[in-house]
Amino acid sequence: MADLHFTDATATSGEVEAVNLVLGDNVAVTTETERLVRGGTSRRKGLRHLLLPALHALQKESGWISPGGLNHVSEMLQVPPAEAYGVASFYEMFRVDEAPGHDDDVAHVCVDPSCRIDGADELIASLEAEGKHVHRSPCLGQCERPPAVFIQGRRKADSVPADEEPFTLPQAGDPSLSLLKRIGVVDPMSLDSYREHGGYDALTKALDMGADAVLDELVASGLSGRGGAAFPTGFKWRSVRDAEGNDKHIVANCDESEPGTFKDRHLMEHDPFALVESMTIAAVTTGATNGWIYIRGEYPLATGRLENAIAQARDAGLLGDDVAGSGHAFHLEVRRGAGAYICGEETALFASLEGFRGEPRNKPPYPTTNGLFDQPTAINNPETLLNVLPILLGGADAYRALGTEGSPGTRLFCLSGRVANPGLYEHGFGATLGEIIDAAGGAQGDIAAVLLGGAAGSFVTADSLDLPLTLEATREAGTTLGSGVVVVFNSDDNMVDVCERITEFFKNESCGQCVPCRVGAVRQHEMIVTLGTKPMAQEQRDLHEDMVQVMADASICGLGHTAASAIKSALALGIIGADSQ
Amino acid sequence: MTNTMNSPETEVAVSISVDGQAVSVPEGSTILDACTAAGIDTPTICYGPNLTPVNACRVCVVELEGSRTLVPSCSREVEPDMVVQTDSDRVKHSRKMVLEFLGSGVDLSQADDLNAWSEHYGADPNRYGPDAETMNEPVKIEDDLYIRDYDKCVLCYKCVSACGDDAQHTFAISMTGRGFGARIATEFDGVLPDSACVYCGNCVAVCPTNALQFKTEFDLRQAANWRPEDQSVTTTICSYCGVGCNLELHTQDERIVKVTSPDDHSVTWGNLCIKGRFGWQYVHGDSDGD
Ligand SMILES: Cc1cc2nc3c(=O)[nH]c(=O)nc-3n(C[C@H](O)[C@H](O)[C@H](O)COP(=O)(O)O)c2cc1C
Ligand code: SF4
Ligand code: SF4
Ligand code: SF4
Ligand code: FES
Repeated sequence: MADLHFTDATATSGEVEAVNLVLGDNVAVTTETERLVRGGTSRRKGLRHLLLPALHALQKESGWISPGGLNHVSEMLQVPPAEAYGVASFYEMFRVDEAPGHDDDVAHVCVDPSCRIDGADELIASLEAEGKHVHRSPCLGQCERPPAVFIQGRRKADSVPADEEPFTLPQAGDPSLSLLKRIGVVDPMSLDSYREHGGYDALTKALDMGADAVLDELVASGLSGRGGAAFPTGFKWRSVRDAEGNDKHIVANCDESEPGTFKDRHLMEHDPFALVESMTIAAVTTGATNGWIYIRGEYPLATGRLENAIAQARDAGLLGDDVAGSGHAFHLEVRRGAGAYICGEETALFASLEGFRGEPRNKPPYPTTNGLFDQPTAINNPETLLNVLPILLGGADAYRALGTEGSPGTRLFCLSGRVANPGLYEHGFGATLGEIIDAAGGAQGDIAAVLLGGAAGSFVTADSLDLPLTLEATREAGTTLGSGVVVVFNSDDNMVDVCERITEFFKNESCGQCVPCRVGAVRQHEMIVTLGTKPMAQEQRDLHEDMVQVMADASICGLGHTAASAIKSALALGIIGADSQ
Repeated sequence: MTNTMNSPETEVAVSISVDGQAVSVPEGSTILDACTAAGIDTPTICYGPNLTPVNACRVCVVELEGSRTLVPSCSREVEPDMVVQTDSDRVKHSRKMVLEFLGSGVDLSQADDLNAWSEHYGADPNRYGPDAETMNEPVKIEDDLYIRDYDKCVLCYKCVSACGDDAQHTFAISMTGRGFGARIATEFDGVLPDSACVYCGNCVAVCPTNALQFKTEFDLRQAANWRPEDQSVTTTICSYCGVGCNLELHTQDERIVKVTSPDDHSVTWGNLCIKGRFGWQYVHGDSDGD
């Protein structure tokens, strides 16, 4: 690589200090008696994964990514400044302009469906009237307590005001719970408390059983991924175990940004050791030595609790060079995202963690052989990982006692919108949509529509209340469980506005890499804005169908594939664009 | 660089079916290579013969049996017994829509290849109405060597790859922003003369839409005096140093209007440095270069 070129801008001493605190000894440039630079392209690849943490430090210190600060980070990590800028400008939480108000805390207020129908606009108006710096944010993962707010602190910790309120779990005390049973019972800050509630029994058992038996049990359980794609977990882990490479990775995909989803936040905030334990089981089973928890930047409470859990587990010898005396090494780290829904897509997440723009890549090759840092990688959703504990402790047969043949076990559902008791619920696969809504206290008012699976999912109407919520039944009905989202809307809700916002969400969140999604998302947004409350003409319906098809067929990743599906369903069901409106 | 040429003795052949025709290509070839070998013309935008595929534009997609979605032919490597369709309704639809989407938001007035393909597939950018959002960027004229007109940019990443790992290793420009707001830029969108740019012009050479344009060409177009039909090309070897880069001097009215190098030339692979690319004024014998 040619020598890097820098502009004249210099960092403030505060910026230098903040960045160096994050980088520690990990710098590409050292000054002893003279300036030494690590050579070759390795200097670029080797440390680049520290770019995102360094940019977080700059943003916190200065309220924006200043040219001088960027130069300093680029020099320390030997990343070309244009590329570092390309990365910084990708994320919602980083500002690359010195706009008025950048010097204050920023109040991110969610404007996605569940908050939008429940006070987001009013809250924004009142915060702005108080002179607060407000940022209209996509879903903040707090849909059960609208309108959601996240405060991005300037030179102080980020915070979520609602975290001050006492936490309630609607199903607390239900003995049938498998994933939520420790929530609200265990002390999330204490390894001892976790152990008193059965913690680390599953790791002990996994080490006794050996990797092959663990994989057999997982395959027999029929566990499939809860992050959206429902890929069989046992097969994924086995592929990683079988893959060549001695630098394998386990990644927990805690980016949770699908509008309507808040389940992983609950798991991480209230049962953080369970995530650490299940990742450790994944590591000893697949032979991975590195673990990463990539968590969205708007989850400060979960981040802190996971960091504490990792530190306590490390001190107890449950992480590190010799996990629980097994001879396996496993090193686990938390990395924060910076506001980008697309970074939940697995290959985009790898790029983001590696310090590149969060742009997905084509598959194949798959992460199991070419994942993080191009090494074999098992990437899973936290809910998927937590299922491993009951499967190992109780056995695959007991696990299969709940759920259906095609969808064994239980599933977390994120209930929000017009239900009496919004919140996180666990049900055996196969409960119907109506039963799940009833379990949340029933709908408020007449159900006009239910959004299943999130913004990337689809709408159904009250006609679907008998739909069993299994993978197979939803697939057959042309909808999806996605990440377990159930948002209920009633006849007073402005569905045109909700649909408009869904199209705006995809327009904003498309990474912009491929044409079908980058342009398709904008054209869909324009189309729905223009439509308003009018009936949709056949010509426009055909045009939307044309857009749906190219986005589903030719986009690179799942975002583009599904970005038109909710609107497609809304048009088909007459939720918008109907003649009678 | 992706120019690793297999010697014929070590090549392993892979056979696939393209539109019902059996095609055999060396292992490691792409579906696009196989299509070309079968004599099938495939539209491409972000693909470049000497660039690592980014498969971003999606105009080259084909239908692959067993794949839920269409696949980009420019980057997907052949595997034995693949069955590929390049002219199915699904393929034609996606290609048409990609071209139509681009035409609805980008100024393609100087993108001759794209326009020919748009016509071939029946793309109609007017379907999105007069208010469809466009790139909406002013022309950046910051020096005498080349201009950047991002109104014409299809965000194909070719210039970024050419400036980066694939050729120049200068990394002066990057994709920035996100979604429809994504743009090619230097850090903080600063002007080129203040950036890392060394004016090799390799980005200009790969740009498929004339968004990057030599200043000579830009000025002549402004003066309505750009006449490709009256231009001739003289091949010579750069006289500045001993590397031996092939130069193609494009001349109009006996004056050099741009300098390129052949993509398949084993010394340059289409790339040059500032001297070969822009240091030709002395040929004209007048000091001010025009
Ligand atoms: C746009 C997009 C966003 C995604 N976001 C998430 C996410 O926030 N969390 C998650 O676990 N999976 C997400 N996924 C799915 C991941 O790509 C991947 O399939 C998943 O993490 C695999 O874990 P699992 O097998 O345990 O489900 C997303 C996919 C797409 C296309
Ligand atoms: S489909 Fe959308 S989000 Fe995915 S790579 Fe393409 S532009 Fe990016
Ligand atoms: S002229 Fe050369 S150095 Fe400058 S931006 Fe283009 S490729 Fe990069
Ligand atoms: S400037 Fe040209 S080469 Fe660069 S991304 Fe745009 S269209 Fe492609
Ligand atoms: S040429 Fe293949 S995706 Fe662009």
